[in-house]
Amino acid sequence: MTYIIKGNTTDWELVIGLEVHCQIISNSKVFSGASATFGAEQNTHVSFIDAAFPGMLPVVNEKCIEQCFKTGLGLNAVINKYSRFDRKNYFYADLPQGYQISQLYHPIVGEGYIEVTTSEGTRKIGVERLHLEQDAGKSIHDMHPSKSFIDLNRAGVGLMEIVSKPDMHSPEEAGEYLRQLRAIVRALGTCDGNMDEGSMRCDVNISVRPVGSTELRQRVEVKNVNSVRFVMQAIEIEANRQIELYEAGQTFTQETRLFDSVNMETRPMRSKENANDYRYFPDPDLLPVILTDEYIENIKNNLPELPAAKKKRYIEELGLTPYDASVLIADKETALYFETASQNQDPKKVANWIMGDLFGYLNKTNKNITESPVSAQNLGALVGLINDGTISGKIAKEVFEIMIETGKEPSIIVEEKGLKQVSDTGAIEAMIAEILSNNQDKVAEIKAGKDKLKGWFVGQIMKASQGKVNPALANQLLDKKLAE
Amino acid sequence: MTTNLVDLHISEALKLLDKKEISSVELTKAHLAEMEKARFLNAYITETPEIALEQAQLSDKKRASGEKIGRLEGIPIANKDLYCTKGIKTTAASKILSNFIPPYESTVTQNLKDAGTVMLGKVNTDQFAMGGSTMTSYFGVTKNPWTDENGEYNLVPGGSSGGSAAAVSAGLCMGATGSDTGGSIRQPASFCGITGIKPTYGRCSRYGIVAFSSSLDQAGPMARSVEDCALLLREMAGHDPKDSTVVNTPVPDYTAALTGDIKGKKIGIPKEYRSNDLNPEIAAAWDKGIELLKNAGAEIVEISLPHTKYALPVYYIIACAEASSNLARYDGVRYTTRVDGSSLDEMYENTRTDGFGPEVVRRILLGTFVLSAGFYDAYYTRAQRVRRLIYNDFITAFESVDAILAPAAPSTALSYEAMQNMSPVDTYLGDVFTTPASLAGVPSLALPITIAKNGLPIGLQVIGKHFDENTVFKVSGVLESLAGFDKKPHHVKG
Repeated sequence: MTYIIKGNTTDWELVIGLEVHCQIISNSKVFSGASATFGAEQNTHVSFIDAAFPGMLPVVNEKCIEQCFKTGLGLNAVINKYSRFDRKNYFYADLPQGYQISQLYHPIVGEGYIEVTTSEGTRKIGVERLHLEQDAGKSIHDMHPSKSFIDLNRAGVGLMEIVSKPDMHSPEEAGEYLRQLRAIVRALGTCDGNMDEGSMRCDVNISVRPVGSTELRQRVEVKNVNSVRFVMQAIEIEANRQIELYEAGQTFTQETRLFDSVNMETRPMRSKENANDYRYFPDPDLLPVILTDEYIENIKNNLPELPAAKKKRYIEELGLTPYDASVLIADKETALYFETASQNQDPKKVANWIMGDLFGYLNKTNKNITESPVSAQNLGALVGLINDGTISGKIAKEVFEIMIETGKEPSIIVEEKGLKQVSDTGAIEAMIAEILSNNQDKVAEIKAGKDKLKGWFVGQIMKASQGKVNPALANQLLDKKLAE
Repeated sequence: MTTNLVDLHISEALKLLDKKEISSVELTKAHLAEMEKARFLNAYITETPEIALEQAQLSDKKRASGEKIGRLEGIPIANKDLYCTKGIKTTAASKILSNFIPPYESTVTQNLKDAGTVMLGKVNTDQFAMGGSTMTSYFGVTKNPWTDENGEYNLVPGGSSGGSAAAVSAGLCMGATGSDTGGSIRQPASFCGITGIKPTYGRCSRYGIVAFSSSLDQAGPMARSVEDCALLLREMAGHDPKDSTVVNTPVPDYTAALTGDIKGKKIGIPKEYRSNDLNPEIAAAWDKGIELLKNAGAEIVEISLPHTKYALPVYYIIACAEASSNLARYDGVRYTTRVDGSSLDEMYENTRTDGFGPEVVRRILLGTFVLSAGFYDAYYTRAQRVRRLIYNDFITAFESVDAILAPAAPSTALSYEAMQNMSPVDTYLGDVFTTPASLAGVPSLALPITIAKNGLPIGLQVIGKHFDENTVFKVSGVLESLAGFDKKPHHVKG
């Protein structure tokens, strides 16, 4: 590994692990029939079970089990045919039961990995486990000077907690792990991966050690870092903070910190010294989850193509670079757009258009690919027009701008604006003859061996034709004329 | 009307109702009148006379019009105040839930409603079903309708279903729901001279029953005969998608098992239950039961349940551990009483200190302790392992016998004074005969067998295989008819 922070006393390397909470896509919550959708009016998606009324019992939502299981397959992980629920006991106002139903002792998914490509190459990052648990409600502290308000809409929504091994060593690697994980859950439709809405949340565990050492030093957990960029920043900032402390001869305790993206610092949240004793024990209200071979096979056979397989296919069959492939598989919609656009077209060229002009426009206007005014079919058609010589690459840029504005098919735009490339040799030859005769001095220089001037002539031809001349043809005819 | 309506068994009343010799309104009114007379027993926390009369009228109308009626149409019953009843206060005999009105109905009470029963009210219990005397209730003690040797109402009805037992025994309802975690149906049945069955764990839904210990809590009926218990249980039991721990097997007509024929049945007598300090009168009652079954043609087999002595500590570890977690929801944030504080933690402290009685606090602390880091393996994990051994004891025993006969409680009903002078651990010893079957999850029915010298009833329990309530009822039915127990409590004799 080559990500190293140079200190005053020694060089330091990072040890990073991520705990990611993914809200499961399901109609109802994990142990009740209340709706699990985001964004409803406060306390409208709450059943008596979610509010922990006396005598209410949880009943597991099979859809959530399926989603965890699918995600486990996406993480190349061991699927535990036997899993069980445990109670994690603690008091908080937005935790109505006084315990969170989770899976400590027997998680549904065991060890797996995610393949991550960075500037350093491709590595497998270990996944420790995936377990199913319920989310807590939300406490709102800023609406009243002395009171807190509780919204239980989120209480009981199914979560997958995906814990990595402390396998990552650079901010880039951690960021890429998170992107790949997001791509996997999106491809599988198990989580929408929207970090800004909190449906995917990340806690980062960071420690540092001198390069070459294998020890695991005191780690710090940075909570609720809600974007890939922030995760990368938080790692860098926290690592540097720890290194400064070590180099100043100071120590620190295991603690939980918060990332402040405005002041670019991490600060303490709560000390683990008065940490809760969660008194985990098996939840007696719920039976163990037992997956049959038949069930497992059935789901396996109906799994969509996973990002890793897709990436491999893009590289090996479509000839994309690993980087381009990684970008295009990052979410389902982009991959679908790419595959639609590149049907019967050169995939590499389509990829360039998507990642260049299209992303440029979408980023500038803050749109996502499903909102693109240029449909995948039309972008493919545009590449087709370049390839068959109907328009030049330069004209294509012009056509693309009009496509963004109007959403029209490129062939119609070319027709309407008369942008069709001129391939009539007679007309071009006449044009060349005129340019040559007006620039006899430059012709003489070429003939004296100054070949570079040919480019100037091509430029003149393009200018005279308003870019409509096929450049290859122009070159060919220019050579012919000069040789006459 | 010459029949004393409050003396009737459910099976008798159903016949009279069918023949239109009595109406449900008459039956209900008789019970409401008796409830009023017996207020001093404090059996009920909440009486619901208006609802009862309304249901009774409706029931009579249905019967008159020839509409399809429930199998228990018009029978007035009481519900332990642990069962959530829609729109009717449900307190678990606690202060913290003293104002709680559930917006939903428990599955078991709904089933009983659907069967046509009439609800007279909600009966007292130990607070959150924690206790064996009904003395831990926030709403005061319930008196046993049986009196002491001086004719004083000085005795506990047992618990936790003490309100149910007292009400059934005193004729304040024809039957009642109880719940049994470690003996809470069987011990009060024994103390009050009535019959009660804790069915197999997983037979009745726990949905809507205020939870004490989820892996042990089981609903069951209490009544004045084996047949009445069979009638009630048939309605209470059954699969429920709202409780994952209920088994999806058909519920038989238990009364069909009451054939009176137990010839050739093998009855196990667990030797571990017969210790040196067993009360001689209890031992004699047990021997009487053995003799009766033998006379009826059963084969008596001595069996061993080797891990019996661990049942009590194992029970208290597991039950308290689960309770400490189950009761965390009563935190002052939503539907409970609340005592404010300057911080969230202080509000919790104030609310829970004020809202829970000392026995509940003791069990929450005990449970919190056995689950805490550093002690978990030594207590909880170990207790679960021993629980499995106790379960295996029963499985092994049932390879050679059809049912087991044992005492239901180590004594007859105790006085308040005696209870008060006992340490908490001493009171826990009262569960010594009932906790093994609870831990194993097997069904067990307690019924009165004889009267002790002090004039109080002594009960025995018949324990059966998992989901074999039929054999339990069959053996109990024979025992009941041969014992001929017909003594009434002082309150009923007048």
